Amino acid sequence: MTDSFGSPPVSAKRRTILTAVAAGAAASFVLPRTTFAAAAVTAPSAKDYPMKAFTQKTEAATLQAMYGKSAAPASSDVKLDAPDIAENGAVVPVSFDANVKNVTGAAILAPSNPFTMACAYKIPAGTNPAISSRVKLGKTTKVVAVIEADGKLMSASKQVKVTLGGCG
Amino acid sequence: MAHQILVHAMTSGDTTTVEALVKHPMDSGFVKNAAGKIIPAHYIEVIEFTHQGKVVLTGYWGPAVSKNPFIKFSFKGGKSGEPIGVSWVDNKGETATTSSNIM
Repeated sequence: MTDSFGSPPVSAKRRTILTAVAAGAAASFVLPRTTFAAAAVTAPSAKDYPMKAFTQKTEAATLQAMYGKSAAPASSDVKLDAPDIAENGAVVPVSFDANVKNVTGAAILAPSNPFTMACAYKIPAGTNPAISSRVKLGKTTKVVAVIEADGKLMSASKQVKVTLGGCG
Repeated sequence: MAHQILVHAMTSGDTTTVEALVKHPMDSGFVKNAAGKIIPAHYIEVIEFTHQGKVVLTGYWGPAVSKNPFIKFSFKGGKSGEPIGVSWVDNKGETATTSSNIM
């Protein structure tokens, strides 16, 4: 019987101490901002993943598959922040902020990409409808932030010029 | 380390801001390798953030999310020292979880 370090058997107490020390060392070296908390975190299930919405090639079809509606009217309550020109399409910072109540969902669409939808979020009560992330843009495209609130859709969009495509 | 998630959560007033950097190739399935063969799609499908047993954000990601994804969001509540849980599952069924205390 050997422990994870391949050393010969040691007493149970010493093993416990070694393991604890190793875990602490790993935490401090590899994940400087992370600690092992007592609460167990379980992996999410992929069964609710909206695969159909992620394989649509037009804005209307994506909205239909994701929210059951074919259009998201533009609204000044939705703010979309994306660069005018993206030099590297592989990493384009996109963020949105919605000044509306009862937001339940959000999505970022790039209609000129091979598949329109880049990402979607389920926003529970208490979470602010403002998220920043980075997406890939294959070529110059309109980027749309869609917000779902009270069962209605609204959106903001912006044209982003891509100098170097990031999808292929 | 293969499946690394860096999480940084900070509370200010009644709002906690969470930033996460997830190490993942996020292969779109459109890119060819040096030998001209398509690199199969490999991307995170679902990422979930939890606080005190409650889901504070569920993200559905597609192949168009950048490699080594970054995300920043905020929610109401959260106190210093409380853990934020982060977990994901990708299209190959691989998973990773981590937890980090709010600063």
